[in-house]
Amino acid sequence: MMSSLNRMNTRIIPFSFSYHEPTSLEEALSLLSKLGADGKILAGGTDLIVKMKARQAEPRHIINIKKIKELRYITVDEDKIRIGALATWRDLEKSSHIISRIPSLLDAASVMGGVQIRNMATIAGNICNASPAADSAPPFLVHGARVKAMSEKGARFVPIDSFFIAPGKTALMPEEMVVEIEIPLPPPSSSSAFLKLARTSMDLAKVSAAAYLKVDGGTIEEARVALGAVAPKPIRAPSVEKELIGKPATEETFKNASKHVVKDISPIDDIRSTASYRKKTSPYLVTDALLTALSRIGGEKR
Amino acid sequence: MIIKFRLDGRDVSVEVEPNELLLNVLRDKLGVKAPKYSCGIGECGACTVLLDGEPVLSCLTLAVDANGREVTTASGIKGEEAEMLMKAFAEEGAVQCGFCTPGMFVMSYALLHEKKRPTEEEIREYLRGNLCRCTGYVNIVRGIEKVVEMGGKK
Repeated sequence: MMSSLNRMNTRIIPFSFSYHEPTSLEEALSLLSKLGADGKILAGGTDLIVKMKARQAEPRHIINIKKIKELRYITVDEDKIRIGALATWRDLEKSSHIISRIPSLLDAASVMGGVQIRNMATIAGNICNASPAADSAPPFLVHGARVKAMSEKGARFVPIDSFFIAPGKTALMPEEMVVEIEIPLPPPSSSSAFLKLARTSMDLAKVSAAAYLKVDGGTIEEARVALGAVAPKPIRAPSVEKELIGKPATEETFKNASKHVVKDISPIDDIRSTASYRKKTSPYLVTDALLTALSRIGGEKR
Repeated sequence: MIIKFRLDGRDVSVEVEPNELLLNVLRDKLGVKAPKYSCGIGECGACTVLLDGEPVLSCLTLAVDANGREVTTASGIKGEEAEMLMKAFAEEGAVQCGFCTPGMFVMSYALLHEKKRPTEEEIREYLRGNLCRCTGYVNIVRGIEKVVEMGGKK
């Protein structure tokens, strides 16, 4: 995204657009249905404004949803955690009593950007931007999150596995917006972890990985592994998962299973890393994520 | 459109286009030069201001978004604690070329409001979104530690 940094004028947004500031969800949805693909939702702006400066996005209408206060929440129900569209990464950190149930997401929150970015950027925006390296994506993938998308016609739930389509592209229709992300509360004897390799921790990932494990009497009952920045979108690693389920939860199992990750990934060379480096490091990162998840089961979660 | 907001303790109103950024409006239209333009893409923290008390990047904030809110730049941070920080920055040599200083200063102030006695690790963690092109991080951290040692906010 930043490859042409030195040739780019990042001082201004070099085009005009119409600005809308709905104060209710109904108003926002009605604007979206009227404007369709010409309208773009603005929340934190930490991705969208950068893209607009570089003319990678040139929306004719900006719909700033920050005034719709009721979309800013993180709550826990009987069986799920719900993250509203305007909840920021700082909100997530501050809700650690809730989010500690989803340890890998808290891991992601602690390495996502600096304080200012975390104050501005929303979790929903992180998935809507659909970067293959999005920090929230691997945790959501291993926890089986689902995305509540709304249009004037009503709401539908999109499983996170089918939400990401391609770099910058999601399953959202032009008249839809994300209003909430739901994460099922994980069962006892389970935990998860997220790790990333990056130049500095606030930088975008060269490779990232999340692992979720449910262990019963030393045997792996459930296993989910997901990676970022190694494919055109954040992905699950079924070849690894297959090698984990039913096996003893040991370092040896993890190491053997992690090798299979190369079948699931299709990394490229870009400004942050190379395909070869990503292929070499992915198995180790997956092993470490699995070990960290295992170490959290039974003991303190984080 | 005309926006009105509180800027460094005074009420201002200014005519802006929707595509104008808060940083440029502060610097070019309102004459507040403390926040600096540096990377323009949210990597460096030189443009940091407080929006309703929370540190944000003014280069990625639309000016219209400040309407009705409170914006505080390094120039607007005053009081005993600010004086202590300034003195400590000077004594510890935390200011080299000075370009990152307004951002570092705003962040240091915000940190001391959030945590009374941050550790060195917490200071470095809090400032990780602010780059110093002179690489003078050690002196900046020492400056903040000095204020912490003196008891920070009274």
